[in-house]
Amino acid sequence: MKRLTGAEILLESLKEEGVDTIFGYPGGAVVDIYDRLVKTDIRHILVRHEQGAVHAADGYARASGRVGVCLVTSGPGATNTVTGIATAYMDSIPVVVLTGQVPRGLIGNDAFQEVDIVGITRPCTKHNYLVSDIDDLNRIIREAFYLAKSGRPGPVLIDLPKDVMSMKAPYRPGKKIKLRTYQPTYRPNLRQLDKVVRLVKEAKRPLILAGGGVVLSKGSEELTRFARKIVAPVTTTLMGLGVFPPHDQLWLGMVGMHGTYRANMATSCCDLLIAVGVRFDDRVTGKIETFATQAKIVHIDIDPSSIQKNVPVSIPVVGDCRLTLQILNDLLEKEKLNGIPEVRAPWLDQIEEWKSTRPLAYKQGQVIKPQYVIETLSRLTRGEAIITTEVGQNQMWAAQYYHVDRPNSFITSGGLGCMGFGLPAAIGAQVAMPDKLVVDIAGDGSIQMNIQEMATAIQYRLPIKVVILNNRYLGMVRQFQELFFGGRYACTAMECAPDFVKLAEAYGAAGLRATKPEEVELVLKEGLSLEKPVLMDFVVEKEELVYPMVPAGEPITEMLLV
Amino acid sequence: MNQTKEERHILSVLVENQPGVLSRVAGLFSGRGFNIESLCVAATTDPLVSRMTIVTIGDMGVVEQIKKQLNKLVNVIKVVDFTGTDFVQRELALIKVRARPENRAEVLRMVDIFRCRVVDVGSEYYTVELTGDEGKISAFLNLLKPMGIKEIARTGALALAREKK
Repeated sequence: MKRLTGAEILLESLKEEGVDTIFGYPGGAVVDIYDRLVKTDIRHILVRHEQGAVHAADGYARASGRVGVCLVTSGPGATNTVTGIATAYMDSIPVVVLTGQVPRGLIGNDAFQEVDIVGITRPCTKHNYLVSDIDDLNRIIREAFYLAKSGRPGPVLIDLPKDVMSMKAPYRPGKKIKLRTYQPTYRPNLRQLDKVVRLVKEAKRPLILAGGGVVLSKGSEELTRFARKIVAPVTTTLMGLGVFPPHDQLWLGMVGMHGTYRANMATSCCDLLIAVGVRFDDRVTGKIETFATQAKIVHIDIDPSSIQKNVPVSIPVVGDCRLTLQILNDLLEKEKLNGIPEVRAPWLDQIEEWKSTRPLAYKQGQVIKPQYVIETLSRLTRGEAIITTEVGQNQMWAAQYYHVDRPNSFITSGGLGCMGFGLPAAIGAQVAMPDKLVVDIAGDGSIQMNIQEMATAIQYRLPIKVVILNNRYLGMVRQFQELFFGGRYACTAMECAPDFVKLAEAYGAAGLRATKPEEVELVLKEGLSLEKPVLMDFVVEKEELVYPMVPAGEPITEMLLV
Repeated sequence: MNQTKEERHILSVLVENQPGVLSRVAGLFSGRGFNIESLCVAATTDPLVSRMTIVTIGDMGVVEQIKKQLNKLVNVIKVVDFTGTDFVQRELALIKVRARPENRAEVLRMVDIFRCRVVDVGSEYYTVELTGDEGKISAFLNLLKPMGIKEIARTGALALAREKK
């Protein structure tokens, strides 16, 4: 049998898992791994900060549906990954994080660059491992990938002591992974689905609420088929954007704190809410006691702990979203549904009225409106770009005005709300999808949180585009302050920011700027046509607000409107 | 059933006997704001498996979440909630009680009544070993309190399901 070093076994095991790209940053504790890594055909993307490595692996995973992998050193390298790991955990993204660790003999001695990263990341990983025996190495790596991508996906961390990486041991390729304590339920209970079919037939005002689970299970087509078959309007959470065609008349837009008027009203007035792959986050439900009170709720999710956690559910269905919708569609084939369009007509008329009386709206005047930038971007790219976002107003305007037309194309930090996510995520998405147009929609605040990754984009010739909605404020918090704190803008003015055009040029990217509405389309057209990284600085209305807005803790029908 | 009534639940959790598992379980409780009244853990006859007996307090919804979250942990093999089932429950307590010459007889009488044992005798204190369910231990402690309890150590509840008769 071949005897290999730990580093070699690690890389062999990664190849067994089909890994072709690693986002990483070297350091003392992983130098053995890097020494071997460059001899393999695995592509390594050198980021400029370890947080960027995890976000890039995350963006890679979201865009491709495959497991993202990153590799960092011990101590600060490891702690810098925590925000990225928590981001992936909240949004259930399959990422494997490999961290270096001091040699086993030094663990617990406060050695140089030692940190208990397994302890630190226990609450924000799906699972994590410290490899204390080289004989477990291959099994642990295989398990980590299996855990990351199966069931409800999530990040898994593997801590690799330096001496385990340099010692030798016999290597045999791993067997198929089966864990006795971990068996996710993919197949739903058919009796529950019979009840769902009955409710669907009885309902007068059904509504489908789709979330990230539909994206993760690749269930978008089944969802669309299901909605059209039962003639039910569809809204999604932020994480679900892209699972339903944006120009279909059943599409309501996003629900929740900054959801559309019609989506929030429909949620409140429906008599059947079919929730698929969502977890009823507080940003979706608003005041929980008033959420969908007229509705029977069907909740389909692969994670039993998501069901009945926040919202009482009439029919819980534990199962894979795509498979469950497929079985539901098959069951509905056998049903007579010809009377359904007539039954639904008043409901759809009501929704149409909400839509026409209270559409998403803004007025473009002398100063560039951020919504106008996004709407123009959406039109120019026909909704076909992969969008990543930062967090805050930019994210909400992107969600409202970019009409993303397919899953895996709206990449955003939904659960954690992590500023600084968009740029490295765009890098990861572009690596995964080299032929796609990838655009990061950013604010002037959040782009500065991981701006160093521009160098990564340049080094690997990743032609990502960054659209900065530059309002010289931390806009979302400023919005809170304007609406709820008497306009006292405590520490939200970004009084000093770099000249983004010069900054782009300093990195070797192209920098463009628009200061007047008539320049918006020209700048976007020019920026999108360049085959290199581009930063586009849109100097927008300083005090524009995201509307609708449901104040935190209020019912989602209590919207502040334009 | 009353959904919001807080009740005491004894959970018996079989887990893989590995480093860090206790921390995962304890972290889950603290991170999600669940209560732990007591927690008892030791290996079973299978050295690869440990049993944790956790006493927690919560309403139906909370306890349901606790069970689901425990089941989600990769190292957890099985979760059983003994509430509403037939089970045996015991706790062990070591109690150092003041035993001056004038109340030694009284202490010994109570030890006798409660069927416990004196396991250490000092010039001023007796150490008493008591097993029983929570009610018995509380009752015994209440009776000893006036004499002066120096310190106590309790295991927290242990439980197993009763066999079918």
